[in-house]
Amino acid sequence: MSISSAAGVGRARGAPASGSGHAGERAARARTLGVRSIALGYLALLLLAPVAMIFYRTFEHGVGQVWSAVTQPNAQHAFWLSLEIVAIVVPLNTVFGVGMALLLERGRFWGKGLLGVLIDLPFAISPVVVGLAIVLVYGKTGWFGDWLAGHGIQVIFSVPGMVLATAVVSLPFVVRETLPVLRELGTDGEQAAATLGATPWQSFWRVTLPGIRWGVVYGVVLTTARALGEFGAVSIVSGRIEGQTETLPLYVQDRFENFDLTGAYAAAVVLALLALATLLAMNLMTRRTRRRAQA
Amino acid sequence: MAIEVRNVDKRFDDFVALDDVSITVQDGALTALLGPSGSGKSTLLRIIAGLETPDGGEVLIGGRDVTHSPARTRDVGFVFQHYAPFKHMTVHDNVAFGLSVRKRPKDEIGARVKELLSLVRLDGLAKRYPSQLSGGQLQRMALARALAVQPQVLLLDEPFGALDAQVRAELREWLRRLHDEIHVTTIFVTHDQEEAMEVAQEIVVMNAGRIEQAGPPGELYESPANEFVMSFIGPVNRLGDAFLRPHDIQILPEDDASGEEALVERVVRLGFEVRVELKLHDSREIWAQVTRENAQELELREGQILSVRMPAPRVFAASSGSARPALRA
Repeated sequence: MSISSAAGVGRARGAPASGSGHAGERAARARTLGVRSIALGYLALLLLAPVAMIFYRTFEHGVGQVWSAVTQPNAQHAFWLSLEIVAIVVPLNTVFGVGMALLLERGRFWGKGLLGVLIDLPFAISPVVVGLAIVLVYGKTGWFGDWLAGHGIQVIFSVPGMVLATAVVSLPFVVRETLPVLRELGTDGEQAAATLGATPWQSFWRVTLPGIRWGVVYGVVLTTARALGEFGAVSIVSGRIEGQTETLPLYVQDRFENFDLTGAYAAAVVLALLALATLLAMNLMTRRTRRRAQA
Repeated sequence: MAIEVRNVDKRFDDFVALDDVSITVQDGALTALLGPSGSGKSTLLRIIAGLETPDGGEVLIGGRDVTHSPARTRDVGFVFQHYAPFKHMTVHDNVAFGLSVRKRPKDEIGARVKELLSLVRLDGLAKRYPSQLSGGQLQRMALARALAVQPQVLLLDEPFGALDAQVRAELREWLRRLHDEIHVTTIFVTHDQEEAMEVAQEIVVMNAGRIEQAGPPGELYESPANEFVMSFIGPVNRLGDAFLRPHDIQILPEDDASGEEALVERVVRLGFEVRVELKLHDSREIWAQVTRENAQELELREGQILSVRMPAPRVFAASSGSARPALRA
């Protein structure tokens, strides 16, 4: 569909200069075709080919092997652990992200600029460093190590630490996606709600949140994708204990290092399908509500 | 309900938006806040609504001190300059908002919304979204939304500013009739003196964060308190320190010796009104307003020499009320 419409544009542009006739039209057409092939080729080389290759390799020797690979207890555990971490981190970072975006956009306080920079820090720092930092603070010899150990809470080499690490590396997404939408929304609607008798809480749920929902949804999708795929920080904090603290990406790496290529590929495909499902869910959700809004 | 604003001050950083402003609005009155942009009129309206907090002074609505009450408890309907529609809600849900946050029963809300939509002549558009409405329809939806909760006070910020001339004239007329019907104390902000004169019973003229004069339209026109009000309300000729209304200038045939000699530079015919631009013998330029009949009698045309009679012009004290220290040598 887009190809024919783009070609149409090229033709329309060529048409008025009919003196030079078909030559100009052909050149314009060649140009759009060229640009499009480069873009598609780049995408194919970087993304489509490797992903397709994984799918191909996975199902090369039939579905039976793949099935037994993904139903391994360790694979199953990794799958559910990954989902568990996502289920904790995503709501946490969504609430935090929306709150922080409101604070940064609407609040007036000293050090706001600094806070805005701090929010972006997880993007700037390597996940490995994030993992090390968490170990330093919450590990046995860290600041809270004694206190935590004294209360029987193990953070490092267990799920709490992994949740923490994942939360940190995926922290900025919701904030960053929500901020511009919130700015565009403005405060008129909230003020109108206030004059109509809405409490701040009602105004948030009925006016602000529906106004910024696309930004939030997009932030949630990015957070989910990142939380699912996080490797570096989680790898350090978890200690990578098979069947205990291995998430799906860690499991893929583990299988790969142990020359179990079928296991690695199969787990990778599951990971890819989870990501795909997330994108699909967002797409369906936005499409349905958009249609309703523009009916 | 009566509204009273006492000695209100408001600053935005270095800018003084309101400087010791006091006004009283009678219960049931229809009042205009009139002034050029930056005069503080919108700020004053927002302070009455509770959307802005004054730095000093008090606001009373129906005798109750609401200076520190949040907007939602003031029982005030507010129509925003750009209507501030809830874009994700239908017209019905927009109008129902105030009732639904008050948790009124569904059928009561339905009945009230229906009644309001017919009052603002939007029946049949209940299921539309704001993006599908015209400016005038949005305006009326915003009004219905504000009226839904039966406010004691209705505040409108530049209600007709963003509409084209014809819709605007229609809505003005309609707002006045609506006010006659529901008698809610109403204040609207405008920079258009004609709009203020046409719609309001009382006009408060503001300039640079202060109130220049308040009173009924006729009074402001007939006896302006200072040169600002004189030149802001109604057309004016300025001759040095003196001010003269164009319709006070009498045009006489050339041979009439009782007047001053003048040259007709331009004649603009606007239907019933004819504007005559004149040059006096000392080359000062003024313009006069005459009726169509008058112009025909005099056979007005450009280049003609006439005689004009001017009443004593109005001269105001050097400064507009505020005591300005005299210059000393």
